[in-house]
Amino acid sequence: MKQVKEKVMQGVFLIAACVSILAVALICIFLFANGIPAIGKIGVGNFLLGTEWRPLKEIFGIFPMIVGSLYVTAGAILFGVPIGLLCAIFMARFCPKKLYKVLKPLVDLLAGIPSIVYGFFGLMVLVPLMQDLFGGSGKGILTASLLLGIMILPTIISVSESSIRAVPESYYEGALALGATRERSVFAAILPAAKSGILAGVILGVGRAIGETMAVVMIAGNQPILPTSILSGVRTMTANVVLEMGYATGLHREALIATAVVLFVFILIINLCFSLLKRRKES
Amino acid sequence: MKTIKMKAINQQTLRQKLRDYRRHPFSFILFLLVSLATVITVGILIFLIAYILIMGIPNLSLDLFAWEYNSENVSMMPAIINTLTMTLLSLLIAVPLGIFSAIYLVEYAKRGNKLVSLVRITAETLSGIPSIVYGLFGFLLFGMALDFGYSLLSGALTLSIMILPLIMRTTEEALKAVPDTYREGSFGLGAGRLRTVFKIVLPSAMPGILAGIILAIGRIVGETAALIYTSGTVTGIPDSLMGSGRTLSVHMYALWNEGLNGKEAYATAVVLLILVVGINALSGFVAKKVGTRDANG
Repeated sequence: MKQVKEKVMQGVFLIAACVSILAVALICIFLFANGIPAIGKIGVGNFLLGTEWRPLKEIFGIFPMIVGSLYVTAGAILFGVPIGLLCAIFMARFCPKKLYKVLKPLVDLLAGIPSIVYGFFGLMVLVPLMQDLFGGSGKGILTASLLLGIMILPTIISVSESSIRAVPESYYEGALALGATRERSVFAAILPAAKSGILAGVILGVGRAIGETMAVVMIAGNQPILPTSILSGVRTMTANVVLEMGYATGLHREALIATAVVLFVFILIINLCFSLLKRRKES
Repeated sequence: MKTIKMKAINQQTLRQKLRDYRRHPFSFILFLLVSLATVITVGILIFLIAYILIMGIPNLSLDLFAWEYNSENVSMMPAIINTLTMTLLSLLIAVPLGIFSAIYLVEYAKRGNKLVSLVRITAETLSGIPSIVYGLFGFLLFGMALDFGYSLLSGALTLSIMILPLIMRTTEEALKAVPDTYREGSFGLGAGRLRTVFKIVLPSAMPGILAGIILAIGRIVGETAALIYTSGTVTGIPDSLMGSGRTLSVHMYALWNEGLNGKEAYATAVVLLILVVGINALSGFVAKKVGTRDANG
């Protein structure tokens, strides 16, 4: 009896463990099955490289959205990585223990704030600020990059911090013994050793930024055209889906699913880079 | 031990530090930079919270918590109740699955098992997928293929896949933190594997698991993009789980989408923020409990 129970429960645990495999498989199947035919109908070139998005005329080119996603992500990295990395260095090496007990929960909290609240904050604070500084609508690449830069801070900070902490103390001590100051030891001896971990954090941040939806949709302007400057409005791939899915039908709907497929492929590539980097670090 | 010994050598008085910095201005600049970055990070967070609270609290009124939603009174009460239902339902699905799969990974799987690495890779993939992709997937699978339509059930099923990797990871860490001596003791007294897991390992790992679950609640409460096209944006409380209803975050998105109700949006932001800050604090508190107990035992 006992033996049977053991076996049955082991089976249950095994099945539960397989759910995540099943989930990934289902996500791939459903997205690809619903999205790929549309790409076929529209034509791969027309879909990926077409610069016009006019659902009413059945013209579906998502090149402006791909460019938009890449621009705001690059902007977010530009703002978020330097600040996040420096902050992680402070937290790992220079922060007094008592201050750390306050800082760490605050950074965690930054990760916990819902993206819709970030978006609202951007709409109410950053957009008027940009209007005052540069004129225009205030919604665009720069505004979205700034907000996304803030949103990826916790990711960058926590991954970089743990990889800086993982560097053996002897590196630091060795540099100190050679006469370097504390700061120089950290920047010249510890940082290079933590390089791959920090890079993994940046990649994770890229994934967050490119997949962010609600915050971007509120402050990026959402015009489906190729941006001409960092102040012009853009629509990201995520925004494209969330804006039009509600009323789209037929080929339009399929084109939106195909947009998500392109986004999904980007994410898969980013994930792959991340796990490759992690595996290399471990070995 | 090593760090404690080194500390005495590393300790400097403030005057020593200042003298050092005068001799090495570049190091001083580096120190200023890292401090500045920290001040900016914390400053942004505090400004954001303070801004939402200051602008939002005056807009809170009892009317906003009325039972009925109508076009004159944009009450958020139905949304709050839907959020609660959504959270419970998602946890009901995801927590057993997450804990069971973590148990398999930590307690049962043999080292070097191919399946284990596949589960790890897929869980990692799941945690990297953006919420809008989950939303679209939920819409296609639960909404269309299984014909649940826009319903709380579709939303909860979608969210439970989304939080599954989070629960798996935190449970795995909590299980790994349980010392092997506990298991050996239990085996030594003649308990089987199953009994050891449920009577010995799980209870000791509970605080860590709980902290993970609370984090997952935070994710559910804050989620918008995955729910718009799965649980829909209907304003009332649905009669059953098959009905559509908006959660608090979706409510806030809908307010923005309708382009009016600025006041109500501020008020909703306050409620959301307070909820999320509270949930985070609770998770930290629970996690800290496990930390102190580890130090004692």
